[in-house]
Amino acid sequence: MNKFKSGYIHSIETMGLVDGPGIRVVVFMQGCPLRCLFCHNPETWNKKSNNKMTSKEIVDEVRKYRPYIEKDGGVTFSGGEPLLQTEYLLEMLKMCKDAGLHTCIDTSGTGYNKEYLDEVLKYTDLVILDIKAIDDIGYKEMTGKEMIEFNYFVEILNKSNNKVWIRQVIIPNINDNEEYILKLKKYIKKIKNIEKKELLPYHSMGIEKYKKLKLKYRLIDTLDMDKEKCKKLEELLNK
Amino acid sequence: MNEWVGFKGTKWQKDIDVEDFIVNNYQEYLEDDSFLTGISKKTSKVWNKCKKLLAKEAISGVLDVETFIMSGIDNFEVGYIDRSNEVIVGLQTDAPLKRIVNPYGGYRMVKKSLDAYGFHLEKELEESFKEFRKTHNDGVFDAYTDEIKKARHNHLITGLPDAYGRGRIIGDYRRLALYGADFLIDEKKKDLSKLTEITDVSTIQLREDVKEQIKALELIKKMCSRYGFDVSRPAANAKEAIQWTYFAYLAAIKQNNGAATSIGRNTTFFDIYIERDIASGILTEEEAQELIDQFVIKLRLVRHLRTPEYNELFAGDPTWVTESIGGMLDNEKSLVTKTSYRMLNSLNNIGESAEPNLTVLWSKKLPDNFKKFASKMSIKTHTLQFENDDLMRPIYGNDYAISCCVSALKLGYQTQFFGARINFVKVLLYALNGGRDEITGDLVIEGIDELEGEYLDIDEVLKQFDKVLKKTVKIYVDALNIIHYMHDKYAYESSQMAFLNTNLEYLMAFGLAGISIVTDSFSAMQFGHVRVKRDDRGLTNAFDVEFDYPRYGNNDDRVDAVAKNLVKRVYRELKKHPLYKNAVPTLSLLTITSNVVYGKHTGATPDGRKSGVPFSPGANPSQGADKNGALASLSSVAKIPYKDCCQDGVSNTFSIVPNALGNDEEARIDNLVKILDGYFNSGAHHLNVNVLDKDLLIDAMHNPNKYPNLTIRVSGYAVNFNKLTQEQKEEVISRTFHEQV
Repeated sequence: MNKFKSGYIHSIETMGLVDGPGIRVVVFMQGCPLRCLFCHNPETWNKKSNNKMTSKEIVDEVRKYRPYIEKDGGVTFSGGEPLLQTEYLLEMLKMCKDAGLHTCIDTSGTGYNKEYLDEVLKYTDLVILDIKAIDDIGYKEMTGKEMIEFNYFVEILNKSNNKVWIRQVIIPNINDNEEYILKLKKYIKKIKNIEKKELLPYHSMGIEKYKKLKLKYRLIDTLDMDKEKCKKLEELLNK
Repeated sequence: MNEWVGFKGTKWQKDIDVEDFIVNNYQEYLEDDSFLTGISKKTSKVWNKCKKLLAKEAISGVLDVETFIMSGIDNFEVGYIDRSNEVIVGLQTDAPLKRIVNPYGGYRMVKKSLDAYGFHLEKELEESFKEFRKTHNDGVFDAYTDEIKKARHNHLITGLPDAYGRGRIIGDYRRLALYGADFLIDEKKKDLSKLTEITDVSTIQLREDVKEQIKALELIKKMCSRYGFDVSRPAANAKEAIQWTYFAYLAAIKQNNGAATSIGRNTTFFDIYIERDIASGILTEEEAQELIDQFVIKLRLVRHLRTPEYNELFAGDPTWVTESIGGMLDNEKSLVTKTSYRMLNSLNNIGESAEPNLTVLWSKKLPDNFKKFASKMSIKTHTLQFENDDLMRPIYGNDYAISCCVSALKLGYQTQFFGARINFVKVLLYALNGGRDEITGDLVIEGIDELEGEYLDIDEVLKQFDKVLKKTVKIYVDALNIIHYMHDKYAYESSQMAFLNTNLEYLMAFGLAGISIVTDSFSAMQFGHVRVKRDDRGLTNAFDVEFDYPRYGNNDDRVDAVAKNLVKRVYRELKKHPLYKNAVPTLSLLTITSNVVYGKHTGATPDGRKSGVPFSPGANPSQGADKNGALASLSSVAKIPYKDCCQDGVSNTFSIVPNALGNDEEARIDNLVKILDGYFNSGAHHLNVNVLDKDLLIDAMHNPNKYPNLTIRVSGYAVNFNKLTQEQKEEVISRTFHEQV
């Protein structure tokens, strides 16, 4: 009998309509190496959760929704950081591709096991890449980590010819200005095969979760990002 | 006949066969909605007058009642809204929104309604009616057994149509337009001449019925001639075809007050006439749209006199003027025409409204453009429902229509005996309480063992549950057999039956309320370890569930299989009993808005639900039970078997916030199409769609004046949100709204 890898899952959302093309089953994987200021899912930070599942169990669950996702939707692995459980993720991606499903990873491009990165990208149809910041200092402030791992991911990603959607969260007083957006526009020129660029307005809806987990919320004085303004900046980015 | 010039096909010319006429003459439309036109000046004038009247009616509940004349096909003077601007004419009485007194279903109900709204029937009329005429309601109660009365009184079986018109019959009203009344009378006379073997009661009854149908057709001719139309001959153009069809329907609602009186499936039929007129240059697109819009206005004004209690069950004064749109002819070609678009476009021109109950028959092969347009209108107006044509067409053929909310009928060939529903949750509670009602303490079902012990043992419960179910089904069948015998006898719908075949297939439509609660309760017993608390009468009044257990609505087979088995068990039981007129039993999971009242009269349940809390509507998972996202919820419901089990319909109401459906209008339309495709491809039957922010509904609850026209889909129909009771509003808001994660 085949032995399937098992890993930690936060939850499965059966109808994601904004995380990739078409209708997506979104697998939220547990664990994240970053501690982003704006994170609204702190419950996914820990490496472990109570929800341990084998790759087969996950893929069987995903396949249940075939009538909805087979035509032009698919499966999206998100998190947490899906790359953190690289081998487990790879096995699931392979099984999904075998089942004829479109695969997507929603990643910060960190936390991976280098050895398997090429293969992960081989079985991935679309990478949604979260940009945190565009320079070392900004990145460290935003995520608490060095940018080196992200830079290497982009290098490998560029070799893979994978399709890419770019995403960045826009936060008042941090990156909500035209100057930053123009820099971002220039910065992402080094990433190949970009299909779509999206700016997501920061919101403070995660704050209750921090209270429950007794974690400090660092953007306590920051207001929600104005959606209209964010949209204008997105237009600028796409011009 | 002259009126048929240019039409193809011969079979329909010899015998009544509207389907054959359609198949031979309609033009499928594959393009988009860009040809549609706006509201005409005339329509705008007529609709403005209606809006004023509707606003007035909204204040008092009932605008006016005709108290000098009783219901009947040709009993009323002509009535107009704005005569010079009406292109389709005809009202139930001599004035718009003036309601008819229909006492044949039951006099008590009429009296209560009149009292509630401050009207009095003319004294002599009232006295002579009471003295000389027995009603359906009188007949039913003469024949009801004590067991039925007890089950009814304790809300085990509720909503029985034993005091007013049963409804759910759809006359094939197109027949009047295609053939004219004289042709139909001749056909009925031929049928009558063949019914000469008087060997049993049923032939005598049928002879009398057919004679009544012929009289009805004669009366319809007279009624129409008051409006200046000669319907003895076929309709000669689009305007007449729509007018004739509406007249046939109008006769039905002048004579009867059936709970749900649907209009059928007319757009493809009308389109043949419209396209013929446009081709010959006598009709423009604007005029075609004007005809449809004004037809729709007429359908929006249909009213019946109801009691306030009726409204608590079925909120918003619904009449279920259901019009079925779209569907497929066969595996390749759809029945979508330009008029399918024109019908939906009426929502743009005269705004969203609960009636007519627009129902899109969905197939994976429907033209993409039409799928998109229907989705667009659904997102914009939250007034459409969708039903699976690929599931129904193999059973009912390609010329069926939806009656009431979700029930398919082969037009002209079948009719339905409507039968409300069992409170399924009480069946379970009676099993836990030795057949006694958990609220009143009455012994309703005899011969049930008392359960002992602190914890519920699923096997013991099942044993008693089966016994209660068997006896309940027997009582239910008895009640419906009595009701439909008496209805035929005292309140026969001759004006509707005149537009159906003489020899009909009958379906008897049974229903269940509370499937999600019973399912979750059994799952709780199996996985959750349920402790019972009893009051001093020994009746259950609270339950503790000690462990988490799988709940219906999460695409978890362990519990979804329970729901499936439960409905199969009920249907097996139904099939054991002989039915009036050899009807075939069908079963629905549909509550309309009555889920709130059901909950009110039902004690605490083993799934942890507290006493008095509303049921979820139809086949929906219990409020808040579905935690794995929308597709998991939809998938659980899709597992309920339709074919050979719940063929009266499996109703599901789906609410999603706009942002979760997509980032912009185009994405939302695309995604809704995909959801509907996926849902129906997985074998599901019905979906109400509401794309709404919950906050909007909360705001509307507090500030009704800000949203005079806000319409939402509830189980099986659409309703003006303001017309819901406070409890119903709260229940709608408490439902799961699928949001973005």
